[in-house]
Amino acid sequence: MSRFIKTDGRHRTIEGWPLVFTVLTTLCILVGGTVQFLPLVLVESNIPTIETVTPYTPLEVEGRDIYIAQGCVSCHSQQIRPFRDEIERYGEYSKPGEAIYDRPFLWGSKRTGPDLARVGGKYPDLWHVRHMENPRSTTPNSLMPPYPWLQEKTVDFDDIPGKLSALKKLGTPYTDAEIDGAAQTARSQAEQIARNVAANGGPSGLEDKEITALVAYLQRLGTDLSKAGN
Amino acid sequence: MESTQTPTQPGSANPSRLTVTFDDQITRYFVIATAIWGFVGMLVGAIIALQLPFWQANLGEYLSFGRLRPLHTNAVIFAFAGNAIFAAIYYSTQRLLKTRMWSDGMSRFHFWGWQAIIVSAALTLPLGITTSKEYAELEWPIDVAIAVVWVVFAINFFLTLRQRREKHMYVAIWFYIATIVTIAVLHIGNSLAMPAGLFKSYPLFAGVQDAFIQWWYGHNAVAFFLTTPFLGLMYYFLPKAAERPVFSYRLSIVHFWSLVFIYIWAGPHHLNYTAVPEWAVTLGMTFSVMLWMPSWGGMINGLFTLRGAWHKLRDSVVLKMFVIGITFYGMSTFEGPMLSVKTVNALSHYTDWTVGHAHAGALGWNGFMTFGMIYWLLPRLYRTELWSGKLANTHFWVGTIGMLLYVIALYSAGVTQGLMWRAFDDAGRLIYPDFMETVIQIIPMYWVRLVGGTMYLVGMVLLLVNMYMTIKTAKEKPVDASIQVAS
Repeated sequence: MSRFIKTDGRHRTIEGWPLVFTVLTTLCILVGGTVQFLPLVLVESNIPTIETVTPYTPLEVEGRDIYIAQGCVSCHSQQIRPFRDEIERYGEYSKPGEAIYDRPFLWGSKRTGPDLARVGGKYPDLWHVRHMENPRSTTPNSLMPPYPWLQEKTVDFDDIPGKLSALKKLGTPYTDAEIDGAAQTARSQAEQIARNVAANGGPSGLEDKEITALVAYLQRLGTDLSKAGN
Repeated sequence: MESTQTPTQPGSANPSRLTVTFDDQITRYFVIATAIWGFVGMLVGAIIALQLPFWQANLGEYLSFGRLRPLHTNAVIFAFAGNAIFAAIYYSTQRLLKTRMWSDGMSRFHFWGWQAIIVSAALTLPLGITTSKEYAELEWPIDVAIAVVWVVFAINFFLTLRQRREKHMYVAIWFYIATIVTIAVLHIGNSLAMPAGLFKSYPLFAGVQDAFIQWWYGHNAVAFFLTTPFLGLMYYFLPKAAERPVFSYRLSIVHFWSLVFIYIWAGPHHLNYTAVPEWAVTLGMTFSVMLWMPSWGGMINGLFTLRGAWHKLRDSVVLKMFVIGITFYGMSTFEGPMLSVKTVNALSHYTDWTVGHAHAGALGWNGFMTFGMIYWLLPRLYRTELWSGKLANTHFWVGTIGMLLYVIALYSAGVTQGLMWRAFDDAGRLIYPDFMETVIQIIPMYWVRLVGGTMYLVGMVLLLVNMYMTIKTAKEKPVDASIQVAS
């Protein structure tokens, strides 16, 4: 090594030139990220779109934000790897095109609890209501914290149009009519879920509660792939 | 700073000499903040470690696991390790460049701004105000504040570089430059978002692209917040404590440039087997394996600096801590590339093995390098003896045994659960189709981990006591160090 790095050589010179040193360092750290990221944005075939994948409904957007606020992603992944055991346990492995409306992505990095990428439709609405209120009522020995406040806190439906329009600016294809009517659309989806929960013997009066939005989101997870057309 | 660099008084030793007084008060601030936030961050860590095997410890909405986990990671990374690297940078940069910091005001703005950001994190995260992106959970107004404080820090640092009285920059300074530049790039890149209200935003990129950007950031937060500044710290404080020059100048050149170039590529190994395209994760894996060598270059340069000085470990708790720190650095930078290899990752990912790996680096490398630095700095910053060498030695042992328990418990938990998830019987059915079965199996390991983590926390308390008593017993108001330079 001593043959090409001399103690009084060229490197010694740039050690006296902080600006040059800083510029060279900056160039070094920009290469890797650029080479890896640009193709992900520019080459469409990297993320093949799936026809049946559509944006979240207004209530599901709200439910997703509740999922984020509770920190569910700390313990639950949403990304099924293409392994035999994972497909057996959780369902079809996750595709790039399924996540195109996920802002932020919620794939997670730890499975303290099971993966939720395809939990949509796996359990009835009431199961989720009971599970959030007291996880051990549906899953004996579960370590999950209880979330009883989700049945008490109310959803601010009037906030939803603002959220949709922020998402639209970023590229999610909501129409202006959808954004204007978002609060109403969310209310009617919530009423439907609340009716279903009450009809099956669950608590009533959940139509404006956070749990209903969260259930809407959870029931949507991973279901786009199996919609008609695939 | 004309007030701080006054010519010596007539009659003193040499009229052609100038006295430069260093700003050591800013280092004292950062050292004290490091110890206090370290305790807070690790206490929250112990609480969430208890919540895993004992769900009753989830005390309501604001203190449940999902809210406290990001508080723990942010506190230990940005408050504990963050304040520690700033203490190291302000102390060593002034001495290596033979000049006071360019602006005392900017140094203080950096200190108080950073503490304000930490407090705002401690308030918003329990309230559920979060982006959910790991180690970047803070919402956009705080992200803007971070960018402002960081830019002020950078300006102050680079203008100090410009007014240096030492022509060549020592290797520690190289690592500080890489830290300052890269953290700015990563933070801004990963925080690009559209606000939807004061406490909510949606990221510019979605899905696969967002995942990539997040782990480009996430992995390089490890690289440029928890590795490069700590290597700079090592290059300054280890030779000082050992009173030996650094082992190899050439090795420092080779490992510096290869480390800063290669690290950035490694992010996608966090996304093995996900929907991120195969070519990208394979690149990430390949560069992660390559990263092993530059990392060990740092370890070798550190450990070999102690050649002929190993006997000093008997009496120096500082050196003992540095040796454990550098050894854990070596172990985690071997383990990291190993875990990035797809076949290993298939087993380890999503399990506690990853958590164990992260803590080997955080507790071993970041924690022990910080502790060693603080024990070395305290007598010098306060012109007194360390209050109790014995207590520091107890800290060393309780911390070392604690983190060994911690990582061994989680390795065991991770491998056990990973193997159970993929176990098939002869008929081709999952042996443990019920997820709960695989959880119950590892609960004893969660308790062991809690014991180990609590021991480490006790060590942190011992440091706080030692620091408090050292400062209290210091005879007078602390005096800042000064040197004579040619005017």
